[in-house]
Amino acid sequence: MAGLPATVDPRKSKTDEALGPANTLWRDALRRLLRHHLAMFGAAVLIIVVVMGIFGPAITPYDPNGMDFSNRFGNPSMQHWMGTDDFGRDIFSRIIIGARVSLQVGFVAVSVATIVGASLGLVAGYSTRLTDEVIMRAMDVLYAIPAILLAIAIVAVLGKGIGNTMIAIGIVYIPIFARIARAAVLGIRNEEFIIAAQAMGAGDIRILLTHVLPNVLSPIIVEITLSLAFAILAEAALSFFGLGTQPPDPSWGRMLSEGRDFFRQSGWMGVFPGLAIFFTVMGFNFLGDGLRDALDPKLRR
Amino acid sequence: MNYQYVLQRLLSAIVVVLGVTIVVFIIVQIVPGDPARVMLGPYASDEAVLGLRERLGLDRPILEQYLLWLGRAARGDLGQSLLNGQEVAAQLWGRIGPSFELAMVSLAIGLAIAFPIGMISALKPGSVVDVVATLFSQIGVSVPTFWMGILLVIVVSLNLGLLPPSGYTPIAEDPGDWLAHIILPAFTAGFVSASIQTRFIRSAMLDVLNANYVQTARAKGLAERAVVVNHALRNALINIVTIIGLQITALFSGIVIVEVVFSWPGLGRLALNAVEERDYPLLQGAVLVVAVMVTMVNLFVDLLYFLLDPRIEYV
Repeated sequence: MAGLPATVDPRKSKTDEALGPANTLWRDALRRLLRHHLAMFGAAVLIIVVVMGIFGPAITPYDPNGMDFSNRFGNPSMQHWMGTDDFGRDIFSRIIIGARVSLQVGFVAVSVATIVGASLGLVAGYSTRLTDEVIMRAMDVLYAIPAILLAIAIVAVLGKGIGNTMIAIGIVYIPIFARIARAAVLGIRNEEFIIAAQAMGAGDIRILLTHVLPNVLSPIIVEITLSLAFAILAEAALSFFGLGTQPPDPSWGRMLSEGRDFFRQSGWMGVFPGLAIFFTVMGFNFLGDGLRDALDPKLRR
Repeated sequence: MNYQYVLQRLLSAIVVVLGVTIVVFIIVQIVPGDPARVMLGPYASDEAVLGLRERLGLDRPILEQYLLWLGRAARGDLGQSLLNGQEVAAQLWGRIGPSFELAMVSLAIGLAIAFPIGMISALKPGSVVDVVATLFSQIGVSVPTFWMGILLVIVVSLNLGLLPPSGYTPIAEDPGDWLAHIILPAFTAGFVSASIQTRFIRSAMLDVLNANYVQTARAKGLAERAVVVNHALRNALINIVTIIGLQITALFSGIVIVEVVFSWPGLGRLALNAVEERDYPLLQGAVLVVAVMVTMVNLFVDLLYFLLDPRIEYV
């Protein structure tokens, strides 16, 4: 039953519906998304994370880098909700600040991957067989190297730090976007509206941007959301390895690696940063799945 | 039998490996500044830098450098480690076994979790098991691998004292000790891949269960067990094998992380050490070997697919 309108207005003819608002596809999708419980749960979690990311420094109860050596390895309490770390710094404050890093890395990395990957995929799917082969074989090569290992290698070359981490993660996810965009283009490149545009003399770039791109947007939107989840996981892993965010800036991954030596004193140092990563990633995963169901109801299972 | 498919897969595997050699070669070329200077650090003398440039062949044209490097790599010569001057190939060789063991045990644990859960939830869609399984797979993919490893170490090793928190014993030396060391890391990597596989196994099985020939099998009065095992499962396996193949690269990504968390002496940890020490030849070698391993496992899975599905006669 899901997906069917609850009531059908008999006065409305099919033509009326066809002549309805131009963006009715997106509005339908939004309606389906709003009814998707897991997606809404994911969105709620993400709103909290985004608020932490935007207002971070203004809402932390303590200075995230402020040390208090009389209060090291504190358990969670009314004063320190998530306890304190090996320098007596408030873990909750550091988690709030860490949200900004995770989101920044996620958005920049996924933007790189989307723009470069989708462009390559569009070109591969739309151009000659040879161009297609060359681009897609190159993508196969990038895909054959495990994501984390490739990211490590790229950061090794470019140098440690948050900016290079963003680029590395972005490069790693280029092939995924290329494949999705290419598959979507292949599905529509022989449709009549494309042929019509070609017949009217539209150039390739114009056709790609005004006719092909809007039609391959939904799988790309879904992949963007799911890739944000992966990007945040990857940033956490790289920072955990000491390649991403550099001290003293807090990042969830780095907090876990700093806590490693002190788990005998305080296991809490290993719990809360992990929970922060987990919930954020889960938020993007739930939202992405919901978007997939909402944008492509045919695929629903 | 049609061997064109096998040949085609073999050929594309070779193309991928060649491509990886280019990527791995380029990695060192795009180190900002003079690679030799970067490798030796800011305080090295000019003669030392010049000497290294010559030793690495950095003064020759780039294509020649690549072909020389490729020729040596094909003969198993991946150069010397910058840090201790040892043969890179020899260092890598000792790490392949532990990484491969960890990957295979992780895969086995992952499938042991994913297979029954995926099957039951496909056989009883909408049931409590199905809902729990779907939620498990959604949540499982969101767990950071290294965090899960850390939590297991805190709980199982530090608090309960059940299993060692890190390290490795060769299986030939002491199988019991090997097992004790491999359980936690393999479970960590296996758990994450299980959550993805559960989903795929469920949908592969659902597809098959709705197929006409399964309806026919039921209609002719076969016992449900026979329908599921002989008709549905055999056909679902084909798709499941494909998916496992696609997961191999992701599995190795998890293995790299797990190796670092559990101090497992594999290729992933070696690669990270190489990064920390700026030992670029070692990093090159590690990335190359892992990519070749992944490609070979993928090729093996593709050929398995060919054996499982007699219909495949690819053009």
